[in-house]
Amino acid sequence: MSVPVGHYQYDRIDRDFLQARIAEFEGQVKRRLDGTLSEDEFKPLRLMNGLYLQLHAYMLRVAIPYGILDSRQLRKLGQIARRYDRDYGHFTTRQNIQFNWIRLEDTPDILRELAEVDMHAIQTSGNCIRNVTADEYAGAAADELVDPRVHAEILRQWSTLHPEFTFLPRKFKIAISGSPNDRVAARFHDIGILARPGEDGAPVFRIFVGGGLGRTPVIGEELFDSVREEHLLATLEAILRVYNAHGRRDNIYKARIKILVQAIGVEAYREAVEAELGQMDLEQYRLTPEAVEAIRARFAVPLLEAPDDADAVLTQQRRDDPLFDRWVRSNTHVHRDPGHIIATISLKPAGGIPGDATSAQIERLADLADAYSFGEIRITHLQNVVLGHVRKDRLRDLWLGLSEVGLAEANIGLIGDIVACPGLDYCALANARSIPIAQKLGARFADTALQAEIGALRINISGCINACGHHHAGHIGLLGVDKRGEEFFQLTVGGRAENGAAIGTILGAALPEDETVDAIARVVDCYLGRRESGETFLDTLTRLGHEPFREAAYEAV
Amino acid sequence: MKLFELGERTAQVHNVLVTVAELADRDDVRAVLLESADDPALLRPYLNRLDLVVLRFPIFRDGRGFTQARELREYLRFSGEIRAEGHILPDQAAFLRRCGVDSVVLPKNGNGDPGLWEKQLRQFPMAYQRSVLPERGIGPGLRVEEAP
Repeated sequence: MSVPVGHYQYDRIDRDFLQARIAEFEGQVKRRLDGTLSEDEFKPLRLMNGLYLQLHAYMLRVAIPYGILDSRQLRKLGQIARRYDRDYGHFTTRQNIQFNWIRLEDTPDILRELAEVDMHAIQTSGNCIRNVTADEYAGAAADELVDPRVHAEILRQWSTLHPEFTFLPRKFKIAISGSPNDRVAARFHDIGILARPGEDGAPVFRIFVGGGLGRTPVIGEELFDSVREEHLLATLEAILRVYNAHGRRDNIYKARIKILVQAIGVEAYREAVEAELGQMDLEQYRLTPEAVEAIRARFAVPLLEAPDDADAVLTQQRRDDPLFDRWVRSNTHVHRDPGHIIATISLKPAGGIPGDATSAQIERLADLADAYSFGEIRITHLQNVVLGHVRKDRLRDLWLGLSEVGLAEANIGLIGDIVACPGLDYCALANARSIPIAQKLGARFADTALQAEIGALRINISGCINACGHHHAGHIGLLGVDKRGEEFFQLTVGGRAENGAAIGTILGAALPEDETVDAIARVVDCYLGRRESGETFLDTLTRLGHEPFREAAYEAV
Repeated sequence: MKLFELGERTAQVHNVLVTVAELADRDDVRAVLLESADDPALLRPYLNRLDLVVLRFPIFRDGRGFTQARELREYLRFSGEIRAEGHILPDQAAFLRRCGVDSVVLPKNGNGDPGLWEKQLRQFPMAYQRSVLPERGIGPGLRVEEAP
């Protein structure tokens, strides 16, 4: 495999750049150690290179641009987990991977190992433009209008060490999708971009601005409906220029772009952006078709060939094996090629830690990607893994291979597919432990037949109001709070990050940790008892309002 | 006060430096100090007589000065000297230069070592986006290098 399928192929210039970035970081570490850089000065510099100081150790967050890896890169992540961490890695809601037990002095070596496979930790943290996320089914899904990866790569390059936007008021997250079915939570990003085909063949972009979760959840508002490709970078520059000049810097909790957009209103923000564009030399910022094609040329395209009976083979295998059939139902998505299918591999085993994978599992995933999906792996914003191009007649073999390493959980999009932040087990900001409650919920609803019966239901858990577990966007959300040293959880219902984005409604007073799982079970029972034919949890909630669910949650309290 | 030149332009010493508000009453003044909250467009009536705009960074994390410099160069077509002073780090040398800043007042601590500033200017041989400097593309993608 010379050119990787699914992501941009580096050349010597890109590799030299990574080496220069490592040398720069090494110099910064040295200046910190000899005292010429203060800790206050070093902190933003190390964060811009993905290095956090957590409760017990340093954490290194490695970038997986638009969530796509090749098997060689994945194997390297497994090796790093084994050599420098405690034999596992943690996939995040922004399609990155975190190593939680890193020593500061090992960091330059780890960065050098990553650079061997064209990986880095650039801008995975800090008040800069963060790693760009994209649709996990990009270039594969039948429902896709535009493959967003080429433009995601353009945004990655454009934002890398941007001279003007590296010291923003606060972090800045961009997501891009090319499907009418939003799988990137576009309206919960600082900038969300939805691409669709334009009249001349080049894509046009619908741009949302000012969305976000955190302490102040806000649904992003449409800034422009149809930005032409040639003006994409100019428009983003203008949006960021307004934010950099006018975003609040006096209070970090009021510093995100969403606060500025709320303060002046989206119309005034649009006028400000248009005023910038009116003064800019658009030719200087123009994204040319030649530039787009040059970057597109660095992506290899999978050769999708399947036997004529691939679909029939899969149909027969599903009929013969109900367990396999259940996994196919929940864990696959329709591919644009009729002989192929998209498989999502759950990193949410019942009772396990959402998003964690051991070195052995990571290496096995790399092998399976080589065998079944052109060596390409995608990380989802819901902390799972996708093999994007699996031949239908070979899907069962993949499933059997996954079963051998405990990765065949049939729960994608179901109640067991929980998103949780690292919580108080790792994080200095947290009020409560997110992982144990996620494990208890996973164990409570472990029965995959029950999960299938319950249907589409997302649970999101955050250990504090910074909302890294996106509880506001969960169909059921849990927010950890501290009450005189005891862990409590506040429940919300009705949030969603997909089409029709909404922020969940708080059900009532927070519940003690040991009553929370039972309360959620009663909410689910309420839904099962009162749903009408074909209704999902959200459908029933919309029809009945949240009162019956509130009563159910607090029934025994 | 030790000055460091980020590019070819020779840094000028000005004994009188006034705020934007003071400019209107001082026809003789050729240098102005812009605080990070000041809008560079306020300088529009005075640009012809200004030789130097000093951008003050209250703290290195406050990146408004980068946008001010670009607005001065790109919107106001200011061709005089732009200088950064205050809390700045050598790690920002190339960013400042690429936004149109010509010189810095070197900090009075370890961050003021000219060797560190010199090194940072040479750290990256290319960039992934255009800046206000004269640049040429490396191939047909986004990557650029400075034109000689």
